[in-house]
Amino acid sequence: MRQPADVELVAVTKRYGDTVAVDNISLKIAAGSYCCLLGPSGCGKTSTLRMIAGHETVTIGDILLGAENITDQAPAARGTAMMFQNYALFPHLNVRDNVAFSLKMRGVQRAERYAKADAMLKLVAMETYAERLPAQLSGGQQQRVALARALVTNPSILLLDEPLSALDPFLRIKVRAELKRLQRDLGISFIHVTHSQEEAMALADLVVVMSDGRIEQAGPPRQVFEAPRTEFVARFIGGHNIISVDGRKVSIRADRMRLVDAGAQPDTRTVVVRDVEYQGTSVLVGLAADDGDLTAVVPDRVFFGRPFAAGDTAAIAFDHADIHELAASA
Amino acid sequence: MRRDGRRGPAFWLLGGFFVLFVLFLYGPLSTIVLLSFQGPDGGLTFPMNGVSLNWFRNLFEKQAVGDFGGSFLRSLILGVMVMATTVAVSLLAGLAFRRRFRGATFLFYLAVASLIVPSILVSLGVGLGFQIAGVPPAWYSSAFGAQLTWTLPFGLLIMFAVFNRFNRSYEEAARDLGASSWQTFSNVVLPIILPSLIGVGLFGFTLSYDEFARTLMTAGTFNTLPLEIYGMTTNVTTPVLYALGTLTTLFSFLIILGVLATILVLRARRARRTAG
Repeated sequence: MRQPADVELVAVTKRYGDTVAVDNISLKIAAGSYCCLLGPSGCGKTSTLRMIAGHETVTIGDILLGAENITDQAPAARGTAMMFQNYALFPHLNVRDNVAFSLKMRGVQRAERYAKADAMLKLVAMETYAERLPAQLSGGQQQRVALARALVTNPSILLLDEPLSALDPFLRIKVRAELKRLQRDLGISFIHVTHSQEEAMALADLVVVMSDGRIEQAGPPRQVFEAPRTEFVARFIGGHNIISVDGRKVSIRADRMRLVDAGAQPDTRTVVVRDVEYQGTSVLVGLAADDGDLTAVVPDRVFFGRPFAAGDTAAIAFDHADIHELAASA
Repeated sequence: MRRDGRRGPAFWLLGGFFVLFVLFLYGPLSTIVLLSFQGPDGGLTFPMNGVSLNWFRNLFEKQAVGDFGGSFLRSLILGVMVMATTVAVSLLAGLAFRRRFRGATFLFYLAVASLIVPSILVSLGVGLGFQIAGVPPAWYSSAFGAQLTWTLPFGLLIMFAVFNRFNRSYEEAARDLGASSWQTFSNVVLPIILPSLIGVGLFGFTLSYDEFARTLMTAGTFNTLPLEIYGMTTNVTTPVLYALGTLTTLFSFLIILGVLATILVLRARRARRTAG
């Protein structure tokens, strides 16, 4: 394996004609960390990944890998490897030849490249499928082969473009855990593009929330969840309500909202219950307030101690310590 | 089919149409095949006057009119020339059109315009052009060119369809794995589109092998097979013509079988590799 290395984006901009896809972003990803680029479609996360991979030219700015400036290097020369969204396994080659492809391109002898490919297939527990064609594999199996094919190049950084989106929800959670384990075992950085905040929170050491080509917030998942920097982050990451306090917009976690009888306490806001969703350990209550819709996540014991039904009038209360101030969007 | 299991009028209407179609297609063909086995004293029409291989034997003897062997060979060589050129040029053109270049749309319409121009006019124009230039028209020059005006746009259209469906991430993956442009083309793009390329080749050959109008004014002194057969229908009065028809049909079937066999062998080789 190559040495794990830091990745650094220095004031990177990507333009397609007049459209700005990535707008002057700077980011440092420490060696050996799991980084998730998170955001809605069109936020620039995939363009960012493709620039790191070398499949997209950088309009302005630099990309550094360790001490090396890789901005203008060919994709295969920069020590990154990419796993494509639909895996892009070569349909005419069997699993072993797919994994051995990069070695063949470098002129490695057949016996040696097959030995390396088989070792890599063993790592992803696919060694018994070496003779199959990609079309004969399930989505999860194809994903592992794609992983092996990328890792056989000994990258310092593995780039994953929505690696779980082609899998069914059950498999997604299983494969997610495998990815995290693999990243820890290999000790290299994974940069993973996703639009699922749940995926990012489960996997990442560093979550980078993007919107409109800019980085809204970058930090450990717990920090991003507990202290969303902007309204966009609070809304996108989920589990937060945006309310007005003294004319300012602030965020407050949905599970820190208390649902009480209207007029029972001072300093509450009157709301109307819109819908009630039972979720096992908690109950999700949709509320209509004067300044928009709110959500309260109430522990099951508390809720069923004083249940509310749709159409009921109630009030919400919260501690001032739970109010989180937001900055204006970048 | 209706729920009660009885077939409605639409089934019988469409079924009847299909039977008529098959009759139209294979009726004349089987008549010609049957009559080619006419006895030595038989004529051009039924009834059969005995059964013999006489006319097949006759076919390979010196004819009073018509030169079957020569025209067949010319058509075969011309077909292979057209096939090879069509495959090579439409592949390269298809690759070129993947990159948007200035004037691409105009060039495309210019190329496919010859599909709309009546073929006999193309033939006339090419033949005239050669005459004016003082170059005697021949099957391997003017007729070759005239046939390409037909097969190249077709080949290009097929390559458009092929590359429209082609997933670019295969090429990006290859480049990511260290393949050069040429390695990407030869190891990834070409093997994936090979079946379509075989199709383009077969198409080019077939179009050339039975082309009549575009060859009519451009073949020069020596005829291709369709021209020869046409000439013989007005001059030959024996079933030798039917024997020729039977043999060329057989030849076409052999080509199709040959291609199918090639594809099966390719698939078997892949399966063997797959099975270890």
